[in-house]
Amino acid sequence: MSGLIEQERYACAIGALQTVVAIPRATPILHSGPGCGTMIAGFFERSTGYAGGNTSPCTNFSETEVVFGGANRLRSIIENTYKVLDTDLQVVVTGCTADIVGDDVASVTDEFLDEGKPIVHVETAGFKSNNFVSHSNVVNAIIDQYVDKYIEENPVRSEKKLVNLFASIPYQDPFWKGNLVEYKRLLEGLGLEVNILFGPFSGGVSEWQTIPRANFNILVSPWYGEKITKHLEKKYGQPYYHFRYLPIGANETTRFLKGVIDFAKEQGVPLDEEKALKFIEREEHAYYEEIDNLATFLLEFRYGLPNHVHILHDAGYVVGLSKFLLHETGIVPKEQFIVDNTPKEYIEQISADLKSTSDKREIPVYFDPDAGKAQDIIRKTNHSGRGLIIGSGWDKELAKEKNYDFLSASLPTPYRLVLTTNYIGYTGGLRVIEDIYDTVLYTYK
Amino acid sequence: MATSTINLNTPEVSVREIRLGSITGFHGNASELVDCSQCGKLKDKKRSFSQCLGCSTAQAACVTCLIQDAAVISHGPVGCSTCLHEFAFTYRVNADLRGVNNPTQRKVYSTNLQEKDTIYGGAVKLENTIREVYKRANPNVIFVLTTCAAGIIGDDVESVTNRLEKELNIPIVAIFCEGFRSKIWTTGFDAGYHGIARKLIKPAEKKRNVINVVNFWGSDIFNEWFRRFGYEANYLTPYSTLESLQHSSEAVCTVQACATLGSYLASSLDQVYGVPELKNSPPYGIAQTDRWFRELGQLLHKEEEVEEFLKEQKEKYLPKIEELREKLKGKTAYVTAGASHGHSLLALLHELGMTATGAAIFHHDPIYDSNSSDADTLAHTVHDYGDIKNYTVCNKQEFELVNVLNRTRPDILFARHGGMTLWGAKFGIPSLLIGDEHFGMGYEGLVNYGEQILATLENDEFVKNLEKHAINPYTKWWLEQEPYTFLKGGKK
Repeated sequence: MSGLIEQERYACAIGALQTVVAIPRATPILHSGPGCGTMIAGFFERSTGYAGGNTSPCTNFSETEVVFGGANRLRSIIENTYKVLDTDLQVVVTGCTADIVGDDVASVTDEFLDEGKPIVHVETAGFKSNNFVSHSNVVNAIIDQYVDKYIEENPVRSEKKLVNLFASIPYQDPFWKGNLVEYKRLLEGLGLEVNILFGPFSGGVSEWQTIPRANFNILVSPWYGEKITKHLEKKYGQPYYHFRYLPIGANETTRFLKGVIDFAKEQGVPLDEEKALKFIEREEHAYYEEIDNLATFLLEFRYGLPNHVHILHDAGYVVGLSKFLLHETGIVPKEQFIVDNTPKEYIEQISADLKSTSDKREIPVYFDPDAGKAQDIIRKTNHSGRGLIIGSGWDKELAKEKNYDFLSASLPTPYRLVLTTNYIGYTGGLRVIEDIYDTVLYTYK
Repeated sequence: MATSTINLNTPEVSVREIRLGSITGFHGNASELVDCSQCGKLKDKKRSFSQCLGCSTAQAACVTCLIQDAAVISHGPVGCSTCLHEFAFTYRVNADLRGVNNPTQRKVYSTNLQEKDTIYGGAVKLENTIREVYKRANPNVIFVLTTCAAGIIGDDVESVTNRLEKELNIPIVAIFCEGFRSKIWTTGFDAGYHGIARKLIKPAEKKRNVINVVNFWGSDIFNEWFRRFGYEANYLTPYSTLESLQHSSEAVCTVQACATLGSYLASSLDQVYGVPELKNSPPYGIAQTDRWFRELGQLLHKEEEVEEFLKEQKEKYLPKIEELREKLKGKTAYVTAGASHGHSLLALLHELGMTATGAAIFHHDPIYDSNSSDADTLAHTVHDYGDIKNYTVCNKQEFELVNVLNRTRPDILFARHGGMTLWGAKFGIPSLLIGDEHFGMGYEGLVNYGEQILATLENDEFVKNLEKHAINPYTKWWLEQEPYTFLKGGKK
């Protein structure tokens, strides 16, 4: 889709500088116009990390650099970054200005590479793609230009139980921190060791160095990030297990974990399968104890609960939440809106995944990043019963117009503060339930 | 007499560096800066290390997105408008301060420029977007904000908007605010106002008892003041409408919450549409409050009423101000803010008996579009309260701020820009950011601020705890260097 976009739900390619910010002690260096960093910070909010936001070095392109090129300015900024900031990895990301004037960024970063600096460069001009796409480009650039330098100490597929996980896009998924930690806990429960690569519970750049050692990769995503696992498959011969939507609640989390067990067995991982299945059983047990307690409320609360939902989110959340809400809370998914600019080649599969949610009902789905258009469609719907909208801050206004309940769960949103909450897994499903019904109960005053 | 800086005949506004001779690098005493400004010898300095700044396009959005019946199109890749959702929040949350009971959804669009558009041009895409926005949102006015990419590829945005204006029969205003054009992001305010002044404001056919207030979205203090003299505030441009903008020429005069914000619009109204501009810096601190009200009195021909008002204000607030001065005497503060609000904050804290250990102000305009030294807030502050040492012009460069705060450890940090209080707090320094720029105005503003400062100094448990656990990405080497090590060139 390349038409106009109303109410953007993602950033441009340089938004993937947040992928760098999510790596402990790494810093992006922006070779871009002066406003790019502030725009990105304003989109993600509370996203400074170690050296993002106001701390990130930036060449702040002016007329001079547009006319004469910005390579010299970049060199000086990088040189002084080493003096001023104490960081483990520097990733130069470029803006529209640098890419249109055609600065040779690689030749500048090469000078620092020759001095042994851990520096990486990647093209992220805003007009080239969006942050869903360029997240993969940033990760692949770090793999090629940084991780690969440590290949001798990290023989390919040398650790049978180690896996690299690629799932939430840092910051674009507001629940990325919590989700990654929960994936790690669940996969460790099966007996695996896991590189999550981002966030405070990852091991920073030294964890990145061990990427080649992993036996296989896990991709939890409808489409974004597949470029990474394909790249690793080609580069290090690591196969990947692909789960195409977010496993939220018991049904899908168990399906995900059992899928991982089967895949791991195929790859010759020495797993104690009995122990792994016991782990799943215990998690399910704890989960259903809560659902059991909750069921009476869902069935009997006489003052009104939502019976249908519209979700405006990326494909992973739309499919994952639809499956969860229908089967595990009884809220029926009506028109759904995938606003992540899904590449054409994935649309059929995602539609099929959503369709498989129910064999007795159709769930209409729209693929369009123009969320303003999505809102106009919702404005015209007329379903009986109390409605729920799960989306970004923009949708709060729509929910008010429709007199629907609203849960803020996607970006951008000034109406909700998320720190380490997770939405995936058994506990994530319970949290979604808490969030929805807290919002509903809050309306009773 | 210098020639006017306002020229509404060109589509683009002239950037501040050229129009006003504004700078972003200086270090010394405030008085030196004032002297250099006044004799036209201001030279800029450059930094060989820099961090993310901010750009004009967001400021242009700031003065257009909040117009009630407007739609705003960012002509660029999606990234150039990603933070505009913040204005949708602001619009809803502050609506009742302007009597807007049903704040409507903000209409914000991106033409979503792709790589092929940078090769073949984005003009057709812009045309289609304008038509679609017109159909979808039915706005009374459409603003088109330009971006770096659109600027460099050379799309003729002015022609497109002029053509579509005729086709759709509503004003369509091109606003040229490419980020790379200016190091001073407040140029974006000027760009927005330039568009409004050249395309929307109409010559007055009559006068009304209203006073234009160029401001953001602060509390409604101006009506409290103006009604006493028989006038109503016409707030520009947030929460205005196409109609109220068109008729802003009917006001008896224009005042501004901050000269850096309001300069271009107030002077356009004055020089082109004959609405006198109240030139004095805004009313922060006693001396400046008196000057400001007296100039207002002259403009309204209400000199006696103003004197009466000031007398009442003094009687009402001076005892309380004196009490606050007693409590705040000898406390030190550091200020980081934009010009000229930062200058006003410096006046305010000195009025309350405190001392500034220094200031980092985002840029410096030696003169405003009014071409009047009455508008020189820093000069007033230095004149009224004495010189300020360690005065720096620094465009939000966190590394310099961190270095300075680490050295000077003031009792309190005053900030006026998101993100800047963090480093005060990390050093255990109580830090205060007042979002409402009208909060400190007038006599009551001194009381408001004084009480807030006392509360901030008193409630330091959070920052003291944060200090113990603060994450610091800056090197030991850097914290031991002179803070302006990377600031080079220019002459004082």
